[in-house]
Amino acid sequence: MGTIEERFDAIVVGAGPSGNAAAYTMAKNGLKVLQIERGEYPGSKNVQGAILYADALERIIPDFREDAPLERHVVEQRIWMMDDTSHTGMHYRSDDFNEEKPNRYTIIRAQFDRWFSSKVREAGAIVLCETTVTELLKDRNGKVIGVLTDRHGGPVLADVVVLAEGVNGLIGQRAGLREELHPRTVALAVKEMHFLPQEVIEQRFNISGDSGVVIEAMGTITKGMTGTGFLYTNRESISIGIGCVIEDFTRTGQTPYGLLDKFKSHPSVAPLIAGAEVKEYAAHLIPEGGYKAMPSIYGNGWVVTGDAAHLVNAVHREGSNLAMTSGRIAGETITYLKRRREPCDFDHLGEYRKRLEESFVLKDMRKYQKIPDFLHGQRHFLDLYPRLISKAAQTWLRVDGKAKREKEGEIMKTLRKQRGLAGLVADGVRFARAWR
Amino acid sequence: MSTAPTPAPAAGRASMKKELPERFKSYKHVWVFIEFEHGQIHPVSLELLGEGRKLADKLNCELAGVLLGGDKAQLQEAAVSVWEHGADLVYICADPILTHYRNEPYTRVMTDLTNTYQPEIMLLGATVMGRDLAGAVATTLLTGLTADCTELAIDDEGSLAATRPTFGGSLLCTIHTLNFRPQMATIRPRVMAMPARTTGRRGRTIEHKAGLNELDIITKVLRFLPDRDSKKAQLAYADIVVAGGSGLRSPENLQHVRELAAALGGEWGCSRPLVQKGWVEADRQIGQTGKTIRPKLYIAAGISGAIQHRVGVEGADTIVAINTDPNAPIMDFAHLAVIADATEFLPALTAAFNRRLSVNRLAG
Amino acid sequence: MHIVVCIKQVPDSAQIRVHPVTNTIMRQGVPTIINPYDLFALEEALRLRDTFGGEVTVLTMGPPMAEESLRKALGIGADRAVLLTDRFFAGSDTLATSFALAQAVRKIGETWGEPKLVFTGKQTIDGDTAQVGPGIARRLGLQQFTYVAGIQDVNEAAGTITVLRRAEGGVQELSTQLPALITMLEGTNEIRRGSIADVLRGARAELVTWNAQAAGIADVTSCGLRGSPTVVKRVFAPKTRAAKATQVEVKDRTPETIAEDLIDQIYARQPGLEDDLMRMAAGY
Ligand SMILES: Cc1cc2nc3c(=O)[nH]c(=O)nc-3n(C[C@H](O)[C@H](O)[C@H](O)COP(=O)(O)OP(=O)(O)OC[C@H]3O[C@@H](n4cnc5c(N)ncnc54)[C@H](O)[C@@H]3O)c2cc1C
Ligand SMILES: Cc1cc2nc3c(=O)[nH]c(=O)nc-3n(C[C@H](O)[C@H](O)[C@H](O)COP(=O)(O)OP(=O)(O)OC[C@H]3O[C@@H](n4cnc5c(N)ncnc54)[C@H](O)[C@@H]3O)c2cc1C
Ligand SMILES: Nc1ncnc2c1ncn2[C@@H]1O[C@H](COP(=O)(O)O)[C@@H](O)[C@H]1O
Repeated sequence: MGTIEERFDAIVVGAGPSGNAAAYTMAKNGLKVLQIERGEYPGSKNVQGAILYADALERIIPDFREDAPLERHVVEQRIWMMDDTSHTGMHYRSDDFNEEKPNRYTIIRAQFDRWFSSKVREAGAIVLCETTVTELLKDRNGKVIGVLTDRHGGPVLADVVVLAEGVNGLIGQRAGLREELHPRTVALAVKEMHFLPQEVIEQRFNISGDSGVVIEAMGTITKGMTGTGFLYTNRESISIGIGCVIEDFTRTGQTPYGLLDKFKSHPSVAPLIAGAEVKEYAAHLIPEGGYKAMPSIYGNGWVVTGDAAHLVNAVHREGSNLAMTSGRIAGETITYLKRRREPCDFDHLGEYRKRLEESFVLKDMRKYQKIPDFLHGQRHFLDLYPRLISKAAQTWLRVDGKAKREKEGEIMKTLRKQRGLAGLVADGVRFARAWR
Repeated sequence: MSTAPTPAPAAGRASMKKELPERFKSYKHVWVFIEFEHGQIHPVSLELLGEGRKLADKLNCELAGVLLGGDKAQLQEAAVSVWEHGADLVYICADPILTHYRNEPYTRVMTDLTNTYQPEIMLLGATVMGRDLAGAVATTLLTGLTADCTELAIDDEGSLAATRPTFGGSLLCTIHTLNFRPQMATIRPRVMAMPARTTGRRGRTIEHKAGLNELDIITKVLRFLPDRDSKKAQLAYADIVVAGGSGLRSPENLQHVRELAAALGGEWGCSRPLVQKGWVEADRQIGQTGKTIRPKLYIAAGISGAIQHRVGVEGADTIVAINTDPNAPIMDFAHLAVIADATEFLPALTAAFNRRLSVNRLAG
Repeated sequence: MHIVVCIKQVPDSAQIRVHPVTNTIMRQGVPTIINPYDLFALEEALRLRDTFGGEVTVLTMGPPMAEESLRKALGIGADRAVLLTDRFFAGSDTLATSFALAQAVRKIGETWGEPKLVFTGKQTIDGDTAQVGPGIARRLGLQQFTYVAGIQDVNEAAGTITVLRRAEGGVQELSTQLPALITMLEGTNEIRRGSIADVLRGARAELVTWNAQAAGIADVTSCGLRGSPTVVKRVFAPKTRAAKATQVEVKDRTPETIAEDLIDQIYARQPGLEDDLMRMAAGY
């Protein structure tokens, strides 16, 4: 069983959004592409909320709306600060979102990834599923020249390998291209699908047709850990989940499953999912360390895209769009080098990093680079403030014969007592700094 | 039966009602193929006689059993049981060639009998023999066959409405054979209740010549190797069944299931994952792709009650679920539930039954 | 030796859900797989090929997307794949399915040499009838072995085969003359993983796609809805019992007390059971 005779222009490891974007871009441009996915089918191992940001995909497949399996387009965003019995919310709903080409959609990843993969095949790439890449093959000069898999035979050779292997990035790690994940820079998210009849979902969320609602929740539901909960409406199901930084789980001894149970039984959430049939319980990591946690993303014969490159904007809960954009840019870079007959070595692949810097991907990553550390040091943002806000809202709303000025005073007093005026001001400043 | 039932076109066809072709108008009476091997009638055949009796009464026609085998005297003896379980008539075909079941000669005789005596309905057990034979007979006769039915009825137009689970039991569908005869169906063991036996009930026999020549039969039976552990086959017919599922967490904990079953003098089984993990042999699996059971008491420990499991146990008189999850699907069809860790509760239950039974034994 | 294996692409029934209101199958997003039972047939065929040489042709009848399962089969090691697809086949019951498949097997024989063995799975997980195998055998006049647990011996020169067949209460050892049709019992072998070269070939291979005419079916009235004697008149969800299980009180009670309570409740529900249990426990 020797080497497979033929040589590919590129091998893409993984068939998530970033791998698909890379494989599609290259195949569409006539490159000979082999994509390898360990799951039974693309998407079978993927877990995501999931919100699809149209723009990133539109730049790859402009007419994707024609046949992509989209669930609902988002017309309403709710952001909830939760304490144990209440939530204080910011809702934004606009009919403007009912536009011809909506900007955000809920999707079911298993279906979406399969669809995307079918496009990759149509574009001419070869996609092998149920096959795990076990190792990168390097030549004498340390240049990556192919991969080994868990199947007999091989290695398979290529001029460049795109590592779109997702957050764990074991292959890159094994090849010494990157370090192990740090518990502080990855979050563990758990998610369930709750099935309900379409009519029930539409009633409960006051929506119709293909429009949908998204809820992002934070506060005491994460028990003081850095993390958020979410609830997305699909056509006939609701995705609900919660995630926190791994280190926090270890520190507090909380279990992800326990958190999700609490979140689901919260009086603001329970009625939304009541009576649903639960299917698919899944857990997945999210790289949330931000810019500072990024590994090197290119080298001699290889580039890294998507989650494997730690490209997630945790503040805005964006991931798949950064994944697709980085995949596309990697694909474009490789196509560019191929066309110019340049080798895909360290020097030339620097072009990938350069293009990524020019895109929103690294600009956003840089903008929020201080947020993870900030949240890590300022836990009261996730626990104390939600409680305070809830208390304030309740004091304000309860009609009980107290004078309004008295109420305002009461609210300010609690704030001051719990956090201190200086603390409040400092928090504001710190947050603004990290945000900038 | 559609291999992939697609409700939409099916509904379209339902309105198609052609006149029954002239050549089938003479087809009458309900037949039950009596599975007879090693000198014994398979219980499913008797269950089908009970069901066939109801259909025949509704259609106002006769119920016949069809007995094939090698030894005439043996068959005649078996005919008595067939009458006593409700048949008016028994077709007997004795020929040494038919001593052991083989598809070809059995198919030939059954098609020949059908063409000669023209039954309207033919029922067979959905056993390895019944399914092997039914498929071949139906294809030879070019008629419809509905496999694995759970319910049979006669509709207003006098046609057989055969209901069977589809999509792994998530749905049921009712299937008709409109323009062909006989209308054939196979039914799983234990789905229909065993009819009461009327001792002394007698009927007629019609003997049929097989007209076979061993030289024409290409397939030969070289040997029959009986199952060593014949008790395994008893699971489907046990009155008390205790079963364990993934909730037991380790193969060692199956011991608790076996002990309770032993204390109750019953049989034990399991859900499919345990078979897939290699903890238990396949013939102890209960459910859609395992055994259908119909015990008086079924105790399911650490079994969630997935639809494929449910369809195999629903016929039980009393279903007890032992599960840590009060919302497990099994709660929808169990009668009694104990929300507890099965590995802790099973030993307590075994002890309690043992106490009761021994106390009573002494008292009795 | 040329062997044909019939495989079917089916929805993974473990993931099927029924719409709670309309009682229809929610197929959306349900992944499709090769009918698991058919993999045992495929593996057995591949083993015979590896021993005796020859080719394995996989055959499926289904919509164009059934191509996926054929590619998978090629990736496991089959040599050739034939997709039988035509709108005339829509709505086939087992009789019509076996008619079309039998015709295709005939055509395969004419094109690439007569198959000595045709394999099918024991049954499908969607149709679940176990009828298509026997149907094909009858139509082609092949000897039929259902529920085969193992192949004892194949004598190519003499054209004979000996198999072990699962029967009621035991196993039959049967021998016959080839050609024959075998439906394979589950758990009888373990499906192999194709090599990287196999899966590459599978991904790229040209599939043979036949419509009814190409498969040599002149009379389409035997196909699809028109060729199906059975009619699905009604599809409905199983009745759900109104009442959920009665929970035996467990709070603050010892397992012993709970057990006693449970036994009382069982006897209360089913008065005759106590006597039955007494008899059975005593070993009658
Ligand atoms: C609960 C949750 C909710 C989220 N919600 C959102 C959201 O609403 N919006 C958003 O934009 N993002 C969201 N994200 C983030 C988003 O899912 C990821 O950023 C995105 O999936 C990254 O894409 P990727 O292609 O880099 O990696 P992945 O999607 O993880 O794909 C990697 C693929 O590589 C395969 N693979 C790995 N190793 C190997 C190997 N050795 N050989 C072969 N194949 C291999 C894997 O099987 C997998 O299919 C969410 C994530 C989670 C966990
Ligand atoms: C085509 C097909 C055919 C199938 N045929 C069959 C079949 O014939 N028979 C069959 O059984 N399945 C069959 N299945 C599988 C079926 O879908 C389910 O997966 C299976 O029945 C689940 O088995 P389980 O209940 O043991 O496991 P699970 O679904 O994992 O349930 C385990 C249960 O144990 C409970 N539990 C956990 N710990 C404890 C504890 N300590 N004490 C008490 N309870 C505990 C849990 O709450 C849970 O309810 C089939 C599936 C397919 C796709
Ligand atoms: N559409 C089909 N295409 C190919 N093979 C099939 C098809 N339908 C059924 N079969 C074969 O027949 C066997 C029995 O199917 P069934 O009678 O539907 O349970 C399956 O295991 C397959 O091997």
